[in-house]
Amino acid sequence: MLFFENISMALSSLMANKMRALLTMLGIIIGITSVIAIMTVGNSLENTITSSMQSMGASDITVYLKYKNQEVETGASGMTYESVSRSRNVLESDLISEEMVQGFKETYPNSIVGISLTETAGNGQVTIGKNYANVTVMGVNQDYFLSTDIKILSGRNLSETDYLNGRKVALATDKLVNNLFNGDVKAAVGKEIEVRDTQGYSHYTIVGVYEHQENPMMVSTSSEKDMVTYLYIPLRAAQSKNHSSGGFESISIIAGKDVDTNQMILDAKNYFNAYYRNNHYYDVGAFSMSSMISAMSTMMDTVTLAIGVIAGISLLVGGVGVMNIMLVSITERTREIGTRKALGAPNSSIRMQFIMESMVICLIGGLIGVALGVTLGVFASNLLGYPAEPTIFSIVLSLGFSMTIGVFFGYYPANKAAKLDPIEALRYE
Amino acid sequence: MGQEAEKKTVIDLHGIIKRFYIGEPNELEILHGIDLNVQEGEFVSVVGASGSGKSTLMNIIGALDRPTQGSYYLDGLDITRAKDNELSRIRNHKIGFVFQTYNLVARTSALKNVELPMLYAGVGKLERTKRAKALLKMVGMEERMQHTPDELSGGQKQRVAIARAMANDPAIILADEPTGALDSKTGRLVMDIFHQLNKEQGKTIVLITHSNELAEETERIVTLKDGQIINEREGSGERAVF
Repeated sequence: MLFFENISMALSSLMANKMRALLTMLGIIIGITSVIAIMTVGNSLENTITSSMQSMGASDITVYLKYKNQEVETGASGMTYESVSRSRNVLESDLISEEMVQGFKETYPNSIVGISLTETAGNGQVTIGKNYANVTVMGVNQDYFLSTDIKILSGRNLSETDYLNGRKVALATDKLVNNLFNGDVKAAVGKEIEVRDTQGYSHYTIVGVYEHQENPMMVSTSSEKDMVTYLYIPLRAAQSKNHSSGGFESISIIAGKDVDTNQMILDAKNYFNAYYRNNHYYDVGAFSMSSMISAMSTMMDTVTLAIGVIAGISLLVGGVGVMNIMLVSITERTREIGTRKALGAPNSSIRMQFIMESMVICLIGGLIGVALGVTLGVFASNLLGYPAEPTIFSIVLSLGFSMTIGVFFGYYPANKAAKLDPIEALRYE
Repeated sequence: MGQEAEKKTVIDLHGIIKRFYIGEPNELEILHGIDLNVQEGEFVSVVGASGSGKSTLMNIIGALDRPTQGSYYLDGLDITRAKDNELSRIRNHKIGFVFQTYNLVARTSALKNVELPMLYAGVGKLERTKRAKALLKMVGMEERMQHTPDELSGGQKQRVAIARAMANDPAIILADEPTGALDSKTGRLVMDIFHQLNKEQGKTIVLITHSNELAEETERIVTLKDGQIINEREGSGERAVF
């Protein structure tokens, strides 16, 4: 078959003009490199965001207290300023109460796995001797750990009795243990620590140590020593520390696996807003991570597409370069074409020879581009702190596209070569 | 009737007229009715000064071009009505070209060059290589078959070109000034190869040349002048001493 002969001929003609071949390929190389690099970075970013959002619980539905849209009340000419000026701070009576939460749970017993409730009990510092650790004391209910996975390294998780009685016990991170107990997670368990914040002092007994998870979306700039980690305590302990009556500005509904999240969002809004019908200032909104993820993906796809189009234009420009050099090459090799025709090469095989040559140029350019693009993409992703994930799809797409460019821009010169008059071609000087 | 006894006619040109249109309404008639027959196994030379229509005639004989009028049968095939792709096939199978400037494909080994016509004829790789090697051996180039044209001398290139011309065992070998670019010694060598092909293999050879001395070596000399055959005679058979 002429196929392999054509490839080896194409390669030998490229080797004869290495510099020229490289310059010709440059457009293709740049185009493919940018496509691959951008797609690699974009894909890595998207995967990282998606997975971190999923680790936060993609199917969790957050129900939150929000200002009522008051423009309706103030009329069509209603200024936003006016509505803001009429607003007031959140009162305890505005908060989502535990009764509402319980009622909601009972209304949809089959679709709700749990409702995670949290209350912050201050930011503070734990000191032992000269050592210190910064913490955010976070009161959580039992359901909280249904959507937030933690790995207990030593000791135990908060127990049912801890929650029921609001015992002053805590889960600390290994980072805190590193700072205060020289990393001895076993020694930390059972120790009482004192958290000092603006309100004063509070004491908790560490019952367990869990592994700190870096949130990739919030890259911490502080050093390990100053970093703030969560100290989990039972919700009731936080409430009694805050002297709060047990209301929440936001709650997180953990829905069952087969539950339609969008329907659940509507149900939650309907259910909770019934309580706020007579509240002039507040009502609730609801959203889920998965709806945010899909919005984010759509946005990322749009950006990727836009950049892809620009890279595509550079590939087209590269293709024109290939066409140009093919025309030059054909002019230079007019006698060779004449000779081949005299030896009995039909037009089709001359055409095929030059199309193959143009394809080989583009394909080699494409391969170099893929190699550079993957390198660049991986480098850039690592620099941004995301695990790089080059997509096979983008590589296959790029190589396919560069070959198509080869055929497309090679066809015209190849056809010109095929149609040369053998007598003229043989006489060409 | 008696055709078996008689030699087959390989080239049968009758009333060949070739005109070129050099912009309306002018046309230039180069060949004014050529009649020429070449029998199988003949060694014929076509001589003439430049502008005599030699090249045009060679292009027609070589199936690179069609005559404007007249008929041409090459090895029994009608050239005048053949389409482009049929002409390609005819050139591939029936004609072996040897050019003054060798026209070997650059950056391609002697072996690959000889294989080229067989490649276009669809001969399998193994057979192609085997035959190409045998042909290169015949012209004494077996030692250098992996060399590319720019590593070969003129005489060596022309010998490779002759091997290439023989690749598909053509009906005729059409040699256009094959010694024109060679020094006398290598020119003699190349001519000897043609004689050898003619004598030993009975190859039909048409030699286009402007040199009367070379033409004398051939069996028949056809002299062309101003697009017409003005003389046809037997050659002396005397080999030229360059």
